[in-house]
Amino acid sequence: MASTDVIGAGQAQKNQGKNMSSKKKSRGPWLERYSALILATVLLGAWQILVPLSGLSEFVLPTPLAIATRIVNELPLLASHAYVTLFEVVAGFAMGVLIGIPLALSIFYSRAFERAIYPILVALQTVPKVALAPLLVLYLGYGWAPKITLAFLISFFPIVISTVVGLQSLDKNLVNLVRSMGASEWQTFFKVRLPAALPNIFGGFKVAVSLAVIGAVIGEYVAAERGLGYLQLQANSLFDTTLNFATVVTISGLGVMLYFIIDTIESRVTYKRDAAK
Amino acid sequence: MSATTQMGAAVDISRLSKVYKTREDDDVLALDKIDLKIEPGSFVAVVGPSGCGKSTLLSLLAGLTPASTGSIAIDGDGVSRPHPKTGVVFQSDLLLYWRTVLDNILLPIEIKKLDVAKYRARAEELLAQVGLEGFGNKYPSELSGGMRQRVAICRALIQEPGLLLMDEPFGALDALTREQMIMDLQSMWLRLRNTVLFITHGIDEAVFLADRVLVMSPRPGRVDLDLKIDLPRPRQWSKTHEDKDYHAYVRQIRAIFEAKGILVAH
Repeated sequence: MASTDVIGAGQAQKNQGKNMSSKKKSRGPWLERYSALILATVLLGAWQILVPLSGLSEFVLPTPLAIATRIVNELPLLASHAYVTLFEVVAGFAMGVLIGIPLALSIFYSRAFERAIYPILVALQTVPKVALAPLLVLYLGYGWAPKITLAFLISFFPIVISTVVGLQSLDKNLVNLVRSMGASEWQTFFKVRLPAALPNIFGGFKVAVSLAVIGAVIGEYVAAERGLGYLQLQANSLFDTTLNFATVVTISGLGVMLYFIIDTIESRVTYKRDAAK
Repeated sequence: MSATTQMGAAVDISRLSKVYKTREDDDVLALDKIDLKIEPGSFVAVVGPSGCGKSTLLSLLAGLTPASTGSIAIDGDGVSRPHPKTGVVFQSDLLLYWRTVLDNILLPIEIKKLDVAKYRARAEELLAQVGLEGFGNKYPSELSGGMRQRVAICRALIQEPGLLLMDEPFGALDALTREQMIMDLQSMWLRLRNTVLFITHGIDEAVFLADRVLVMSPRPGRVDLDLKIDLPRPRQWSKTHEDKDYHAYVRQIRAIFEAKGILVAH
Protein backbone atom coordinates (compact mmCIF):
# COMPACT_ATOMS: atom_id res chain seq x y z
CA MET A 1 0.00 0.00 0.00
CA ALA A 2 2.76 2.35 0.93
CA SER A 3 4.62 1.85 -2.34
CA THR A 4 1.56 2.39 -4.52
CA ASP A 5 1.01 5.57 -2.61
CA VAL A 6 4.41 6.88 -3.69
CA ILE A 7 3.93 5.72 -7.25
CA GLY A 8 0.53 7.40 -7.45
CA ALA A 9 1.96 10.70 -6.36
CA GLY A 10 4.72 10.53 -8.95
CA GLN A 11 2.41 9.74 -11.80
CA ALA A 12 -0.12 12.37 -10.97
CA GLN A 13 2.62 14.97 -11.07
CA LYS A 14 3.92 13.68 -14.38
CA ASN A 15 0.62 14.12 -16.15
CA GLN A 16 0.24 17.56 -14.72
CA GLY A 17 3.79 18.72 -15.28
CA LYS A 18 4.19 17.50 -18.85
CA ASN A 19 2.53 20.38 -20.67
CA MET A 20 4.26 22.96 -18.58
CA SER A 21 7.80 21.69 -19.04
CA SER A 22 7.47 21.07 -22.77
CA LYS A 23 6.13 24.57 -23.30
CA LYS A 24 9.02 26.02 -21.35
CA LYS A 25 11.60 24.10 -23.36
CA SER A 26 10.31 25.10 -26.78
CA ARG A 27 10.65 28.75 -25.82
CA GLY A 28 14.36 28.38 -24.99
CA PRO A 29 16.98 29.29 -27.57
CA TRP A 30 17.63 26.40 -29.98
CA LEU A 31 21.41 26.64 -29.53
CA GLU A 32 21.04 25.90 -25.83
CA ARG A 33 18.62 23.07 -26.50
CA TYR A 34 20.80 21.23 -28.98
CA SER A 35 24.20 22.29 -27.64
CA ALA A 36 25.24 18.75 -26.60
CA LEU A 37 24.16 17.30 -29.94
CA ILE A 38 25.97 20.02 -31.87
CA LEU A 39 29.21 19.58 -29.92
CA ALA A 40 29.11 15.80 -30.36
CA THR A 41 28.51 16.17 -34.09
CA VAL A 42 31.40 18.63 -34.44
CA LEU A 43 33.80 16.35 -32.53
CA LEU A 44 32.78 13.24 -34.46
CA GLY A 45 32.98 15.20 -37.73
CA ALA A 46 36.48 16.39 -36.89
CA TRP A 47 37.50 12.83 -36.06
CA GLN A 48 35.99 11.57 -39.33
CA ILE A 49 37.88 14.17 -41.40
CA LEU A 50 41.18 14.34 -39.53
CA VAL A 51 41.94 10.60 -39.47
CA PRO A 52 42.44 10.20 -43.26
CA LEU A 53 44.20 13.60 -43.47
CA SER A 54 46.72 12.63 -40.79
CA GLY A 55 47.55 9.46 -42.65
CA LEU A 56 46.78 7.20 -39.67
CA SER A 57 45.98 3.65 -40.64
CA GLU A 58 42.54 2.18 -39.92
CA PHE A 59 44.35 -0.39 -37.77
CA VAL A 60 45.42 2.36 -35.42
CA LEU A 61 42.38 4.63 -35.41
CA PRO A 62 39.25 3.82 -37.42
CA THR A 63 36.83 6.60 -38.36
CA PRO A 64 33.44 6.97 -36.61
CA LEU A 65 31.64 5.96 -39.81
CA ALA A 66 33.74 2.81 -40.11
CA ILE A 67 32.95 1.92 -36.48
CA ALA A 68 29.25 2.59 -37.02
CA THR A 69 29.18 0.46 -40.17
CA ARG A 70 30.97 -2.31 -38.33
CA ILE A 71 28.45 -2.20 -35.47
CA VAL A 72 25.59 -2.56 -37.94
CA ASN A 73 27.30 -5.42 -39.78
CA GLU A 74 28.31 -7.27 -36.63
CA LEU A 75 25.05 -6.69 -34.80
CA PRO A 76 24.25 -10.39 -34.24
CA LEU A 77 27.79 -11.05 -32.92
CA LEU A 78 27.79 -7.99 -30.66
CA ALA A 79 24.28 -8.77 -29.41
CA SER A 80 25.14 -12.38 -28.56
CA HIS A 81 28.04 -11.19 -26.36
CA ALA A 82 26.12 -8.18 -25.02
CA TYR A 83 23.41 -10.50 -23.67
CA VAL A 84 26.00 -12.31 -21.58
CA THR A 85 27.47 -9.11 -20.16
CA LEU A 86 24.02 -7.63 -19.60
CA PHE A 87 23.00 -10.71 -17.61
CA GLU A 88 26.13 -10.49 -15.45
CA VAL A 89 25.64 -6.77 -14.84
CA VAL A 90 21.96 -7.05 -13.97
CA ALA A 91 22.53 -10.09 -11.73
CA GLY A 92 25.44 -8.37 -9.92
CA PHE A 93 23.51 -5.14 -9.53
CA ALA A 94 20.40 -6.98 -8.30
CA MET A 95 22.55 -8.75 -5.71
CA GLY A 96 23.94 -5.38 -4.71
CA VAL A 97 20.41 -4.08 -4.16
CA LEU A 98 19.16 -7.21 -2.39
CA ILE A 99 22.07 -7.27 0.03
CA GLY A 100 22.89 -3.55 0.13
CA ILE A 101 19.43 -2.25 1.08
CA PRO A 102 18.86 -4.61 4.08
CA LEU A 103 22.42 -3.89 5.21
CA ALA A 104 21.78 -0.14 4.96
CA LEU A 105 18.57 -0.55 6.98
CA SER A 106 20.44 -2.51 9.66
CA ILE A 107 23.11 0.19 9.81
CA PHE A 108 20.42 2.87 10.07
CA TYR A 109 18.37 1.19 12.78
CA SER A 110 21.16 -0.27 14.93
CA ARG A 111 23.95 1.88 16.27
CA ALA A 112 25.83 -1.16 17.50
CA PHE A 113 25.64 -2.74 14.05
CA GLU A 114 26.75 0.51 12.44
CA ARG A 115 29.81 0.65 14.69
CA ALA A 116 30.66 -2.98 13.99
CA ILE A 117 30.18 -2.98 10.23
CA TYR A 118 31.21 0.50 9.07
CA PRO A 119 34.98 0.14 9.59
CA ILE A 120 34.88 -3.21 7.79
CA LEU A 121 32.90 -1.72 4.91
CA VAL A 122 35.28 1.20 4.54
CA ALA A 123 38.28 -1.13 4.69
CA LEU A 124 36.74 -3.34 2.01
CA GLN A 125 36.01 -0.29 -0.10
CA THR A 126 39.69 0.66 -0.13
CA VAL A 127 40.56 -2.70 -1.72
CA PRO A 128 40.59 -2.20 -5.47
CA LYS A 129 37.88 -4.64 -6.54
CA VAL A 130 39.55 -5.07 -9.91
CA ALA A 131 42.52 -6.62 -8.12
CA LEU A 132 40.23 -9.34 -6.82
CA ALA A 133 39.28 -10.50 -10.32
CA PRO A 134 42.07 -13.11 -10.70
CA LEU A 135 41.29 -14.50 -7.24
CA LEU A 136 37.58 -14.73 -8.03
CA VAL A 137 38.40 -16.70 -11.17
CA LEU A 138 40.55 -18.99 -9.07
CA TYR A 139 37.71 -19.65 -6.64
CA LEU A 140 34.66 -19.47 -8.87
CA GLY A 141 35.91 -20.71 -12.22
CA TYR A 142 35.50 -19.42 -15.77
CA GLY A 143 31.71 -19.12 -15.89
CA TRP A 144 29.47 -16.20 -15.04
CA ALA A 145 29.96 -16.55 -11.25
CA PRO A 146 33.16 -14.46 -10.88
CA LYS A 147 31.79 -11.71 -13.17
CA ILE A 148 28.55 -11.43 -11.24
CA THR A 149 30.48 -11.43 -7.98
CA LEU A 150 32.76 -8.64 -9.21
CA ALA A 151 29.80 -6.60 -10.49
CA PHE A 152 28.14 -7.13 -7.12
CA LEU A 153 31.21 -6.17 -5.07
CA ILE A 154 31.80 -3.00 -7.04
CA SER A 155 28.15 -1.84 -7.08
CA PHE A 156 27.25 -2.76 -3.53
CA PHE A 157 29.11 0.02 -1.69
CA PRO A 158 27.45 3.06 -3.33
CA ILE A 159 24.04 1.46 -2.77
CA VAL A 160 24.68 0.99 0.96
CA ILE A 161 26.18 4.44 1.49
CA SER A 162 23.57 6.38 -0.47
CA THR A 163 20.73 4.54 1.28
CA VAL A 164 22.18 5.17 4.74
CA VAL A 165 22.83 8.84 3.93
CA GLY A 166 19.33 9.19 2.50
CA LEU A 167 17.74 7.74 5.61
CA GLN A 168 19.92 9.72 8.00
CA SER A 169 19.40 13.09 6.33
CA LEU A 170 15.67 13.12 7.08
CA ASP A 171 14.36 16.17 8.96
CA LYS A 172 13.73 14.91 12.50
CA ASN A 173 10.64 17.10 12.72
CA LEU A 174 9.00 15.01 10.02
CA VAL A 175 9.34 11.97 12.25
CA ASN A 176 7.81 13.94 15.13
CA LEU A 177 4.98 15.02 12.83
CA VAL A 178 3.89 11.49 11.93
CA ARG A 179 4.51 10.26 15.47
CA SER A 180 2.16 12.99 16.72
CA MET A 181 -0.45 11.42 14.44
CA GLY A 182 0.14 8.11 16.17
CA ALA A 183 2.28 6.46 13.48
CA SER A 184 4.13 3.23 14.23
CA GLU A 185 7.79 2.91 13.17
CA TRP A 186 6.58 0.73 10.29
CA GLN A 187 4.28 3.54 9.08
CA THR A 188 6.95 6.17 9.70
CA PHE A 189 9.27 4.18 7.45
CA PHE A 190 6.87 3.75 4.56
CA LYS A 191 5.14 7.14 4.74
CA VAL A 192 8.17 9.33 5.42
CA ARG A 193 11.60 7.73 5.70
CA LEU A 194 11.56 5.71 2.49
CA PRO A 195 9.94 8.28 0.18
CA ALA A 196 12.29 10.97 1.51
CA ALA A 197 15.33 8.74 0.95
CA LEU A 198 14.34 7.60 -2.56
CA PRO A 199 16.20 10.36 -4.45
CA ASN A 200 19.40 9.42 -2.62
CA ILE A 201 18.81 5.71 -3.11
CA PHE A 202 18.26 6.15 -6.84
CA GLY A 203 21.38 8.30 -7.03
CA GLY A 204 23.25 5.35 -5.53
CA PHE A 205 21.61 2.96 -8.01
CA LYS A 206 22.76 5.06 -10.97
CA VAL A 207 26.36 5.12 -9.77
CA ALA A 208 26.16 1.41 -8.92
CA VAL A 209 24.82 0.24 -12.26
CA SER A 210 27.55 2.09 -14.17
CA LEU A 211 30.15 0.50 -11.89
CA ALA A 212 28.55 -2.94 -12.30
CA VAL A 213 29.23 -2.73 -16.05
CA ILE A 214 32.90 -2.09 -15.30
CA GLY A 215 32.96 -5.02 -12.86
CA ALA A 216 31.47 -7.47 -15.34
CA VAL A 217 33.77 -6.41 -18.20
CA ILE A 218 36.88 -6.61 -16.02
CA GLY A 219 35.78 -10.08 -14.95
CA GLU A 220 35.55 -11.02 -18.62
CA TYR A 221 39.03 -9.63 -19.32
CA VAL A 222 40.54 -11.99 -16.78
CA ALA A 223 38.94 -15.21 -17.88
CA ALA A 224 35.91 -15.73 -20.10
CA GLU A 225 34.61 -17.53 -23.13
CA ARG A 226 31.80 -15.10 -23.84
CA GLY A 227 30.82 -11.50 -23.17
CA LEU A 228 31.81 -8.09 -24.50
CA GLY A 229 35.07 -8.03 -22.51
CA TYR A 230 36.03 -11.36 -24.07
CA LEU A 231 35.06 -10.11 -27.55
CA GLN A 232 37.20 -7.03 -27.08
CA LEU A 233 40.24 -9.13 -26.14
CA GLN A 234 39.63 -11.27 -29.23
CA ALA A 235 39.49 -8.15 -31.42
CA ASN A 236 42.67 -6.92 -29.78
CA SER A 237 44.59 -10.10 -30.45
CA LEU A 238 43.49 -10.02 -34.11
CA PHE A 239 44.50 -6.32 -34.42
CA ASP A 240 40.87 -5.65 -35.40
CA THR A 241 40.77 -2.13 -34.01
CA THR A 242 37.43 -1.34 -35.62
CA LEU A 243 35.73 -4.27 -33.87
CA ASN A 244 37.54 -3.26 -30.69
CA PHE A 245 35.95 0.21 -30.90
CA ALA A 246 32.60 -1.32 -31.83
CA THR A 247 32.76 -3.33 -28.59
CA VAL A 248 33.65 -0.24 -26.56
CA VAL A 249 30.64 1.58 -28.03
CA THR A 250 28.40 -1.40 -27.21
CA ILE A 251 29.67 -1.52 -23.61
CA SER A 252 28.98 2.22 -23.23
CA GLY A 253 25.56 1.74 -24.80
CA LEU A 254 24.82 -0.94 -22.23
CA GLY A 255 25.74 1.39 -19.37
CA VAL A 256 23.74 4.28 -20.80
CA MET A 257 20.71 2.05 -21.34
CA LEU A 258 20.77 0.75 -17.76
CA TYR A 259 21.25 4.27 -16.42
CA PHE A 260 18.19 5.51 -18.26
CA ILE A 261 16.09 2.53 -17.20
CA ILE A 262 16.82 3.44 -13.57
CA ASP A 263 16.22 7.12 -14.32
CA THR A 264 12.82 6.25 -15.83
CA ILE A 265 11.84 4.12 -12.85
CA GLU A 266 12.94 6.95 -10.56
CA SER A 267 10.80 9.55 -12.31
CA ARG A 268 7.82 7.18 -11.99
CA VAL A 269 8.15 6.46 -8.28
CA THR A 270 9.44 9.78 -6.96
CA TYR A 271 8.54 13.42 -7.13
CA LYS A 272 11.50 15.76 -7.40
CA ARG A 273 11.42 18.43 -4.75
CA ASP A 274 12.05 21.29 -7.16
CA ALA A 275 10.18 19.93 -10.16
CA ALA A 276 7.59 22.68 -10.05
CA LYS A 277 10.02 25.57 -9.80
CA MET B 1 -18.58 11.80 24.59
CA SER B 2 -19.05 13.80 27.75
CA ALA B 3 -22.27 15.57 28.62
CA THR B 4 -21.09 18.84 27.07
CA THR B 5 -21.59 19.41 23.38
CA GLN B 6 -18.32 21.31 23.08
CA MET B 7 -15.63 19.71 20.94
CA GLY B 8 -12.82 21.25 22.99
CA ALA B 9 -10.82 18.93 25.19
CA ALA B 10 -9.94 19.67 28.80
CA VAL B 11 -6.28 19.67 29.73
CA ASP B 12 -5.07 19.00 33.24
CA ILE B 13 -1.36 19.29 33.98
CA SER B 14 -0.07 18.68 37.46
CA ARG B 15 3.42 18.92 38.96
CA LEU B 16 4.90 18.48 35.49
CA SER B 17 8.70 18.55 35.28
CA LYS B 18 11.11 17.74 32.53
CA VAL B 19 14.82 17.22 33.01
CA TYR B 20 17.10 16.84 30.02
CA LYS B 21 20.09 14.68 30.80
CA THR B 22 23.26 16.05 29.32
CA ARG B 23 26.47 14.11 28.90
CA GLU B 24 28.05 16.03 31.76
CA ASP B 25 26.49 16.04 35.21
CA ASP B 26 24.71 19.38 34.86
CA ASP B 27 21.22 18.28 33.86
CA VAL B 28 18.93 20.94 32.43
CA LEU B 29 15.62 21.50 34.16
CA ALA B 30 13.44 22.56 31.23
CA LEU B 31 10.14 22.57 33.09
CA ASP B 32 9.76 22.90 36.86
CA LYS B 33 6.59 21.55 38.51
CA ILE B 34 4.05 23.14 36.19
CA ASP B 35 0.43 23.09 37.31
CA LEU B 36 -2.08 24.06 34.66
CA LYS B 37 -5.75 23.49 33.97
CA ILE B 38 -7.11 24.48 30.59
CA GLU B 39 -10.85 24.94 30.12
CA PRO B 40 -12.38 23.06 27.18
CA GLY B 41 -12.73 25.33 24.17
CA SER B 42 -10.38 28.04 25.37
CA PHE B 43 -7.55 29.62 23.46
CA VAL B 44 -4.38 29.66 25.55
CA ALA B 45 -1.18 31.32 24.38
CA VAL B 46 2.22 30.66 25.94
CA VAL B 47 4.83 33.39 25.53
CA GLY B 48 8.41 33.33 26.60
CA PRO B 49 11.94 33.79 25.31
CA SER B 50 13.86 31.03 23.57
CA GLY B 51 14.81 28.26 25.98
CA CYS B 52 11.99 28.90 28.46
CA GLY B 53 10.64 25.40 27.95
CA LYS B 54 7.53 26.35 26.03
CA SER B 55 8.34 24.02 23.16
CA THR B 56 9.14 21.29 25.68
CA LEU B 57 5.70 21.82 27.17
CA LEU B 58 4.13 21.38 23.75
CA SER B 59 6.21 18.29 23.02
CA LEU B 60 5.08 16.73 26.31
CA LEU B 61 1.43 17.57 25.58
CA ALA B 62 1.77 16.08 22.10
CA GLY B 63 3.05 12.89 23.70
CA LEU B 64 6.33 13.11 21.78
CA THR B 65 8.54 13.44 24.87
CA PRO B 66 8.02 11.60 28.14
CA ALA B 67 7.63 13.66 31.30
CA SER B 68 10.27 13.30 34.03
CA THR B 69 7.75 13.67 36.84
CA GLY B 70 4.13 14.79 37.12
CA SER B 71 1.27 14.08 34.78
CA ILE B 72 -0.78 15.37 31.86
CA ALA B 73 -4.38 14.40 31.21
CA ILE B 74 -6.43 15.21 28.15
CA ASP B 75 -10.16 14.77 28.87
CA GLY B 76 -9.12 12.60 31.78
CA ASP B 77 -6.82 10.27 29.79
CA GLY B 78 -3.22 10.25 30.92
CA VAL B 79 -0.81 11.22 28.12
CA SER B 80 2.20 8.99 27.68
CA ARG B 81 2.12 8.82 23.90
CA PRO B 82 0.37 10.90 21.21
CA HIS B 83 -3.29 11.29 22.13
CA PRO B 84 -5.80 10.74 19.29
CA LYS B 85 -7.63 13.95 20.21
CA THR B 86 -4.62 16.19 19.58
CA GLY B 87 -3.50 17.82 16.37
CA VAL B 88 -0.13 19.55 16.07
CA VAL B 89 1.02 22.45 13.88
CA PHE B 90 4.78 22.94 13.90
CA GLN B 91 6.85 26.02 13.14
CA SER B 92 7.74 24.79 9.67
CA ASP B 93 4.90 23.39 7.61
CA LEU B 94 6.50 19.93 7.31
CA LEU B 95 4.52 19.10 4.19
CA LEU B 96 5.70 16.00 2.36
CA TYR B 97 6.92 17.35 -0.97
CA TRP B 98 6.14 14.14 -2.85
CA ARG B 99 2.45 14.31 -1.93
CA THR B 100 -0.22 16.61 -3.28
CA VAL B 101 -1.84 19.14 -0.96
CA LEU B 102 -4.89 16.89 -0.59
CA ASP B 103 -2.79 13.80 0.17
CA ASN B 104 -0.83 15.80 2.74
CA ILE B 105 -4.02 16.77 4.51
CA LEU B 106 -5.22 13.16 4.44
CA LEU B 107 -1.95 11.81 5.92
CA PRO B 108 -3.28 11.54 9.51
CA ILE B 109 -6.33 9.67 8.19
CA GLU B 110 -4.07 7.18 6.41
CA ILE B 111 -1.91 6.76 9.50
CA LYS B 112 -4.94 6.12 11.66
CA LYS B 113 -6.14 3.61 9.04
CA LEU B 114 -9.47 5.36 8.57
CA ASP B 115 -11.43 5.46 5.34
CA VAL B 116 -9.58 8.06 3.27
CA ALA B 117 -12.40 8.39 0.72
CA LYS B 118 -14.77 9.49 3.46
CA TYR B 119 -12.52 12.37 4.51
CA ARG B 120 -11.77 13.66 1.02
CA ALA B 121 -14.77 15.99 0.97
CA ARG B 122 -13.87 17.26 4.45
CA ALA B 123 -10.32 18.01 3.27
CA GLU B 124 -11.62 19.98 0.28
CA GLU B 125 -13.95 21.88 2.60
CA LEU B 126 -11.09 22.79 4.95
CA LEU B 127 -9.02 23.97 1.98
CA ALA B 128 -11.87 26.20 0.85
CA GLN B 129 -12.16 27.63 4.36
CA VAL B 130 -8.53 28.74 4.34
CA GLY B 131 -8.90 30.25 0.87
CA LEU B 132 -7.17 27.46 -1.04
CA GLU B 133 -10.12 26.07 -2.96
CA GLY B 134 -8.95 24.05 -5.96
CA PHE B 135 -5.37 23.72 -4.70
CA GLY B 136 -5.85 20.06 -3.69
CA ASN B 137 -3.90 18.64 -6.61
CA LYS B 138 -1.00 21.08 -6.38
CA TYR B 139 2.32 20.10 -4.85
CA PRO B 140 3.74 21.96 -1.82
CA SER B 141 6.59 23.39 -3.92
CA GLU B 142 3.99 25.25 -6.01
CA LEU B 143 2.69 27.09 -2.93
CA SER B 144 3.93 30.14 -1.02
CA GLY B 145 5.04 29.90 2.62
CA GLY B 146 1.72 31.19 3.94
CA MET B 147 -0.28 28.81 1.77
CA ARG B 148 1.85 25.88 2.92
CA GLN B 149 1.26 26.71 6.58
CA ARG B 150 -2.48 26.91 5.85
CA VAL B 151 -2.30 23.40 4.42
CA ALA B 152 -0.44 22.27 7.55
CA ILE B 153 -3.26 23.71 9.67
CA CYS B 154 -5.85 21.87 7.54
CA ARG B 155 -3.86 18.68 8.09
CA ALA B 156 -4.01 19.21 11.86
CA LEU B 157 -7.75 19.96 11.68
CA ILE B 158 -8.87 17.12 9.42
CA GLN B 159 -9.83 15.01 12.40
CA GLU B 160 -11.37 17.89 14.34
CA PRO B 161 -8.93 17.59 17.23
CA GLY B 162 -10.25 18.51 20.65
CA LEU B 163 -6.83 19.96 21.40
CA LEU B 164 -4.87 21.87 18.79
CA LEU B 165 -1.21 22.41 19.66
CA MET B 166 0.58 25.13 17.71
CA ASP B 167 4.32 25.61 18.05
CA GLU B 168 5.20 29.09 16.78
CA PRO B 169 3.17 28.39 13.63
CA PHE B 170 3.64 31.86 12.12
CA GLY B 171 7.25 32.37 13.19
CA ALA B 172 8.62 31.74 9.72
CA LEU B 173 6.16 33.97 7.85
CA ASP B 174 6.50 37.56 6.69
CA ALA B 175 4.60 40.27 8.59
CA LEU B 176 1.73 40.67 6.13
CA THR B 177 1.12 36.96 5.75
CA ARG B 178 1.34 36.59 9.51
CA GLU B 179 -1.35 39.23 10.04
CA GLN B 180 -3.66 37.45 7.61
CA MET B 181 -2.98 34.08 9.25
CA ILE B 182 -3.74 35.47 12.72
CA MET B 183 -7.11 36.74 11.52
CA ASP B 184 -7.87 33.47 9.72
CA LEU B 185 -6.89 31.42 12.75
CA GLN B 186 -9.26 33.44 14.90
CA SER B 187 -12.24 32.94 12.59
CA MET B 188 -11.44 29.24 12.21
CA TRP B 189 -11.26 28.84 15.97
CA LEU B 190 -14.50 30.79 16.52
CA ARG B 191 -16.16 28.28 14.21
CA LEU B 192 -14.61 25.16 15.76
CA ARG B 193 -14.26 26.18 19.40
CA ASN B 194 -11.68 23.53 20.14
CA THR B 195 -9.04 23.96 22.82
CA VAL B 196 -5.91 25.64 21.45
CA LEU B 197 -2.47 25.86 23.00
CA PHE B 198 -0.54 28.42 21.00
CA ILE B 199 3.19 28.76 21.60
CA THR B 200 4.81 31.99 20.45
CA HIS B 201 7.37 34.60 21.30
CA GLY B 202 5.19 37.34 19.90
CA ILE B 203 3.52 39.16 22.78
CA ASP B 204 1.21 40.99 20.39
CA GLU B 205 -0.15 37.90 18.66
CA ALA B 206 -0.54 36.10 22.00
CA VAL B 207 -2.68 38.91 23.45
CA PHE B 208 -4.58 39.40 20.21
CA LEU B 209 -5.58 35.75 19.84
CA ALA B 210 -5.87 34.28 23.31
CA ASP B 211 -8.39 34.07 26.12
CA ARG B 212 -5.50 33.52 28.45
CA VAL B 213 -1.78 34.18 28.17
CA LEU B 214 0.81 32.25 30.15
CA VAL B 215 4.15 34.00 30.48
CA MET B 216 7.11 31.68 30.99
CA SER B 217 10.64 32.39 32.12
CA PRO B 218 13.69 30.30 31.37
CA ARG B 219 15.72 27.89 33.48
CA PRO B 220 13.89 26.45 35.18
CA GLY B 221 10.78 26.83 33.01
CA ARG B 222 7.97 28.19 35.13
CA VAL B 223 4.73 30.08 34.56
CA ASP B 224 5.40 33.61 35.87
CA LEU B 225 2.09 35.12 34.94
CA ASP B 226 -1.30 33.68 34.09
CA LEU B 227 -3.18 36.53 32.44
CA LYS B 228 -6.83 36.42 31.45
CA ILE B 229 -7.43 38.47 28.29
CA ASP B 230 -10.81 40.09 28.38
CA LEU B 231 -11.26 41.61 24.93
CA PRO B 232 -14.46 41.31 22.89
CA ARG B 233 -14.60 38.83 20.00
CA PRO B 234 -14.38 38.67 17.12
CA ARG B 235 -11.31 40.85 17.48
CA GLN B 236 -10.56 43.14 14.59
CA TRP B 237 -7.03 43.97 13.60
CA SER B 238 -7.06 47.77 13.80
CA LYS B 239 -9.75 48.11 16.43
CA THR B 240 -8.19 45.68 18.89
CA HIS B 241 -4.70 47.03 18.32
CA GLU B 242 -5.98 50.50 19.26
CA ASP B 243 -7.77 49.20 22.35
CA LYS B 244 -6.58 50.60 25.68
CA ASP B 245 -6.98 47.26 27.41
CA TYR B 246 -5.01 45.49 24.68
CA HIS B 247 -2.04 47.78 25.34
CA ALA B 248 -2.40 47.34 29.09
CA TYR B 249 -2.10 43.56 28.65
CA VAL B 250 0.92 43.89 26.38
CA ARG B 251 2.59 46.27 28.86
CA GLN B 252 1.93 43.90 31.72
CA ILE B 253 3.70 41.06 29.87
CA ARG B 254 6.59 43.28 28.78
CA ALA B 255 7.03 44.39 32.40
CA ILE B 256 7.71 40.75 33.37
CA PHE B 257 10.31 40.35 30.66
CA GLU B 258 11.94 43.64 31.67
CA ALA B 259 11.99 42.62 35.31
CA LYS B 260 13.68 39.34 34.34
CA GLY B 261 16.20 41.13 32.15
CA ILE B 262 14.92 39.36 29.03
CA LEU B 263 13.93 42.74 27.62
CA VAL B 264 16.01 45.76 28.54
CA ALA B 265 13.96 48.94 28.98
CA HIS B 266 15.16 51.94 27.01
